[in-house]
Amino acid sequence: MRLALVLSLLCAALFIGSLVTGAVPVTAGQSLLALIRDDGTPLSVVMREIRLPRALLGMMVGGSLGLAGAAMQGYLRNPLAEPGLIGVSAAAGLGAVLALQTGAALWFALALPTAALASALVAVALILTLAGPRGSSLTLILAGIAISALASALTSLVLNLSPNPFAAADIVFWMLGSLADRSLSHVWIALPFMVVGWALLGALGRGLDALTLGEDAAQAMGVALPRVRLALVVGTAASVGAATAVAGAIGFVGLVVPHVLRPFVGGRPSRLLWASALGGAAMVLAADIAVRVLLPERDLKLGVLMALVGAPLFLHLIYKTRGEMR
Amino acid sequence: MTRLTLDKLTVLRGACPVIDAVTLAVGPGECVGLIGPNGAGKTTLMRGALGLLPHRGHSSLAALPERARAQACAWMPQTREIAWPVSVETLIALGRIPHLPRGARLRDTDRRAVDAAIAHMGLDGLRTRTATQLSGGEQARVLIARALAQDTPLLMADEPIAGLDPAGQIATMQIFAGLARGGRSVIASLHDLGLAARHCTRLVLLGAGRLVADGPPAEVLTQANLRQVFGVSAFFEQTAQGPVFQPLDILREDG
Repeated sequence: MRLALVLSLLCAALFIGSLVTGAVPVTAGQSLLALIRDDGTPLSVVMREIRLPRALLGMMVGGSLGLAGAAMQGYLRNPLAEPGLIGVSAAAGLGAVLALQTGAALWFALALPTAALASALVAVALILTLAGPRGSSLTLILAGIAISALASALTSLVLNLSPNPFAAADIVFWMLGSLADRSLSHVWIALPFMVVGWALLGALGRGLDALTLGEDAAQAMGVALPRVRLALVVGTAASVGAATAVAGAIGFVGLVVPHVLRPFVGGRPSRLLWASALGGAAMVLAADIAVRVLLPERDLKLGVLMALVGAPLFLHLIYKTRGEMR
Repeated sequence: MTRLTLDKLTVLRGACPVIDAVTLAVGPGECVGLIGPNGAGKTTLMRGALGLLPHRGHSSLAALPERARAQACAWMPQTREIAWPVSVETLIALGRIPHLPRGARLRDTDRRAVDAAIAHMGLDGLRTRTATQLSGGEQARVLIARALAQDTPLLMADEPIAGLDPAGQIATMQIFAGLARGGRSVIASLHDLGLAARHCTRLVLLGAGRLVADGPPAEVLTQANLRQVFGVSAFFEQTAQGPVFQPLDILREDG
């Protein structure tokens, strides 16, 4: 329970940190005051319409990725699993790219996240059809890889056929992942899907604990595996699909965070779920503060920084635990 | 009141029956050894009986709702899987999952069952150790304790003594026999016919998916059955040290 407290405090501190970080040169106290009390000043507008959505999205996106990563690793009993494995992120990316390419993203602000979400849902339907109701976790992974590959191929095709370099650059930059210049409407479009996803994934604890003993033993202990799998796939699609739709592709959170926190929860998949959600939120908030502090004038992308930090961290973990791995 | 009733249980793989109309009833106090050569369908029979495989015919366990079935029978698969570095105590407590109300933590009765299982398997010294770092034999004991913590009238185990040293094998069989003497029922698939003959109250012999023989070890391990199903001859005598069984020679060439 101390871990819960530490992670919650960390999240709260980083949330406030995210709120007071930005280009406008004001003190932290002033900006927080402007957030709470709408005094009609430009600072108030900045706080309420730029920084608040950014901090909220950081928390939501990070929480979704961390939670889905922990659930995916628990279900597959593999510490290398990550939420993108079932193809949801790639599919959401394809939807977003199509929205950018067709110009739909310019017609109305939410065309891009809507297209990304719709495409993530199509991917899930495909995966569930491909993997079948009684299929093993291996068929699920293979179906996910196939969908991922298809979505990436189509994304490349769109880039390939893009009419001018600016459109291509737009697409590429979007795909790098960022929380800059999002509005509260992004929060509102993502939140319902994420809440559904969190509810589905959060309820998996007992089933994932039982899966520690393998699929057969878990089933014999009364865990309905097809239901667990459905909840996992739909929950991941809803939460990670929504996260990708509003923030682009942000890797490594769902992979590294459960891995880092596993020793602190005694390896229990059920406790890792909420710990990873909090940890993921903290990690994305921290990285989103870092992109603003490190290179304020160059628009460093969140996804890039995350990969730059995440990959070495992951290497370090592998180095540290290689003795224990069988 | 039987613990498991199978009536013409048939499990198909494609069109071919892997288990062919097996009828069987196991009552309280029985330690049943399920024997037969590789591919005879021992695992399939047990998984089919549990309802883990699509099947025809009737199995009293498979007919139960999931939760009730989990309270009636504990299942130990052949692969001793421990996916995460959890403590021994945590792992054994997983056996309480079928008894916990939704979202509840371990209650006093659950803790008592876990403590009893730990004491039964002599695991007190390993309680806080990380399960994945134990030796194979220790892991096997921990997993038996996990099944005991489930506190079910019936325990089904798939090759529970495979890969254990002689002392571990004998200890495991003695625990199963002890459970049966205490009124529980055990069904275990076994390849070591010597241990099966010594510790089981009853043997069920499977050959090519069919039930070939069913009864006390002396009635099942006959030279005729051994030749027909296993293709071996054997020495089997009741001695002063109890029944002794030793396979001797291969009687047929089957490639």
